[in-house]
Amino acid sequence: MPGLLAGLTQWLDDRFGAAALQEFLRHKTIPLHRHTIWYYFGGMTLFLFVIQVLTGILLLLYYRPTPNDAFESVQYVMTQVRFGWLIRSVHSWSANLMIFTASVHMFSVYFLKAYRKPRELTWVTGMFLFFIVLGFGFTGYLLPWNTLAYFATKVGTQMGGSIPGVGKWLLMFLRGGDEVTGATLTRFFGFHVAVLPGLATIMLAAHLLLVQRLGMSVPPSIEARIAEGREKSTIMPFFPNFLLRDMIGWYAALGALGALAAIFPWELGTKADPFAPAPAGIRPEWYFLFMFQTLKLLPSKVLFLDGEFAGILGFSLAGMVWVAVPFIDRQVGFSRVTRIFTGLGVFALGYIVLMSALVFK
Amino acid sequence: MGRIKKVLGSSVVLFLALASPGWTETKDSCVSCHSTLDGALGRPAKDFGSDVHHQAGLICSDCHGGNPEDDSMDAMSPAKGFRGAPAKAKVPEFCGKCHSDGSYMRRYNPKLRTDQLSQYATSVHGQRLKKGDTKVAACVDCHGVHNILAVSDSRAPVYPTNVADTCARCHSDSHSMAEYKIPTDQAAHYQKSVHATILTDGDTSAPTCTTCHGNHGATPPGLTSVANVCGTCHVFFAQLFQKSPHGAAFEEMGLPGCVQCHSNHEILKPSDEWVGVGSKSVCITCHVEGDAGYAAAQKISEDLAKLNQSQQQAENILATAERTGMEVSSARLELSQSNEAIVKARVAVHTLDPAEVGKLTDPGLKSSAKAYEAGTAALHESNLRRKGLGLSLIFIVMAIAGLALKIREMESKPRP
Repeated sequence: MPGLLAGLTQWLDDRFGAAALQEFLRHKTIPLHRHTIWYYFGGMTLFLFVIQVLTGILLLLYYRPTPNDAFESVQYVMTQVRFGWLIRSVHSWSANLMIFTASVHMFSVYFLKAYRKPRELTWVTGMFLFFIVLGFGFTGYLLPWNTLAYFATKVGTQMGGSIPGVGKWLLMFLRGGDEVTGATLTRFFGFHVAVLPGLATIMLAAHLLLVQRLGMSVPPSIEARIAEGREKSTIMPFFPNFLLRDMIGWYAALGALGALAAIFPWELGTKADPFAPAPAGIRPEWYFLFMFQTLKLLPSKVLFLDGEFAGILGFSLAGMVWVAVPFIDRQVGFSRVTRIFTGLGVFALGYIVLMSALVFK
Repeated sequence: MGRIKKVLGSSVVLFLALASPGWTETKDSCVSCHSTLDGALGRPAKDFGSDVHHQAGLICSDCHGGNPEDDSMDAMSPAKGFRGAPAKAKVPEFCGKCHSDGSYMRRYNPKLRTDQLSQYATSVHGQRLKKGDTKVAACVDCHGVHNILAVSDSRAPVYPTNVADTCARCHSDSHSMAEYKIPTDQAAHYQKSVHATILTDGDTSAPTCTTCHGNHGATPPGLTSVANVCGTCHVFFAQLFQKSPHGAAFEEMGLPGCVQCHSNHEILKPSDEWVGVGSKSVCITCHVEGDAGYAAAQKISEDLAKLNQSQQQAENILATAERTGMEVSSARLELSQSNEAIVKARVAVHTLDPAEVGKLTDPGLKSSAKAYEAGTAALHESNLRRKGLGLSLIFIVMAIAGLALKIREMESKPRP
């Protein structure tokens, strides 16, 4: 077996110069300090994304993207297909877990200032990936064509329509018409299985390349302690030490997904009826709750702007500022300015948690 | 100065004239005078603003005659056509003068019937009034006098949800009803009925007093007994009952059909316990052990009980399966057929034929058995999944342990 591996490596090296790549990866190291735990979340998100791709491909074998058949095809997968219940529930749970780990990864990178020079583009590609992941969540949610999915999509796309100027066009583009219909389902399916995976692949490749090229960032507070001699700079090889630890986490995530699928299977719901009124208490999935609650609390008019548009504008501007943080906070060391940005981050996180919790009041 | 005073004075007079109550485009001395009076003389002027006749553009003189342009007492001169308030016995004709005139009523509301007066004449109220009994209800007793609202107005005394209270004004008064020797508990019984509950919940098609007893006429035409009215809504039940052994037998014995078992005013939601030979059964009111009716009742109630029990068992197991997260929608569809069978069987009870009831309970039993089987399979599958989860978690824990040991082994060796 070792001989076979060596032979394969030689074959690849003769054609693609793989030895150089291997050498580069062998020297990849992970800094060891009290914040090392956060380094695991990027890999965890990637692992869950791979789970999504694999389970998604399996679901593609049975799913039918039309209003007449979508719900029934998911029902068929849940009841008739061998282990279909497992694949479908894992896909739904893993989507939520992935958005959670991506959020943790994003906030940990933010608070540990890993977006500083030279890693600005790593942050930007990461943010694009985050928006793509939210897009996956939004488009995938409609696909079972049940009541919750239908009305969540109706409300969600309606918000786009409130933007002055482009609103009407955006609404028609998202829905494929005036209302949420089979046309919406078709294009959401197209986004979910073709467009977004394509964009995600490009963005992920860029993101991973940058991470490998630039190495792992050390938080400014730790850098300061090392510079002052209060802490020794310790590292761990990525291969195999950190990777083995990563794999422990991945196995644990696999176990958690299996348990969730078996004990809390994802609901089928009732088939969407466009003529029925929206169910009372309809709300989006947890990752959109803070925006939903904000829009509910805004008055119908904010200065001269329509309330809903003001909310969307606010979130868009906040999002743009968040993406541009590496170009605004150019502090290299640990300083008072750094603390201001930390404060803003705490505010953002607190706002999201509070607004999400208020929905359940 | 003088001219200014004249203009000002005329303006004041004009203003006062305009501001007087009940001002309409035409002068109405009835309202302008009666609105200043107290008590019974003043009330009509105050009430009439909300009356449906006022909304239609009618004024006092349209019914009562007289001259509304005359401010003096001459306005109420019989020579000028003043008719005044009619005596109780003349009220139906008073209202009927317009309401029985089709061509007149068509101008205001073509939808309105114009047979109320002729219907009323056939009723007990109408016949007694003709004989001189002024205690009975006439038009104004139910509809009001000067504040008459449309029947479709929920504040009207004759709006479906208010009818029982309107009838009860007299019919629940034991002093008023004493001389007629009729009971006064009908309204109290009705309020406990399932019909009253449905009506209060918003279904205005649910029966109230006038639905069975008629509103202007005594009974709906062509029917000999109020008990026959039930079949106008509960069609299948009535048809099956008529063809059953009880149909002819009840008629012979002078028993009031549906009312015999279901009561007339306090009609409650029936229970399966009413059928059979138990303590709550209506059958044993007449039937005794040993007779054919007793045996039939017993068989029917046993079949119903078996189906109910089977259905409940299936429902319980499917609910348990659902709680564990299993998808049982096709089993639920199967069970809904069993539900349908129960409903149809309860209708078939009115044939009083165990064979007819059995024809419906047997397929119902098959459906609930299938649903139960599906529920059992779902629970079995759920257990299997949890066992599979347990097994895979063991392997996962072993893999994690293996990795942890490998890490420990690797890092305990001194680095080269």
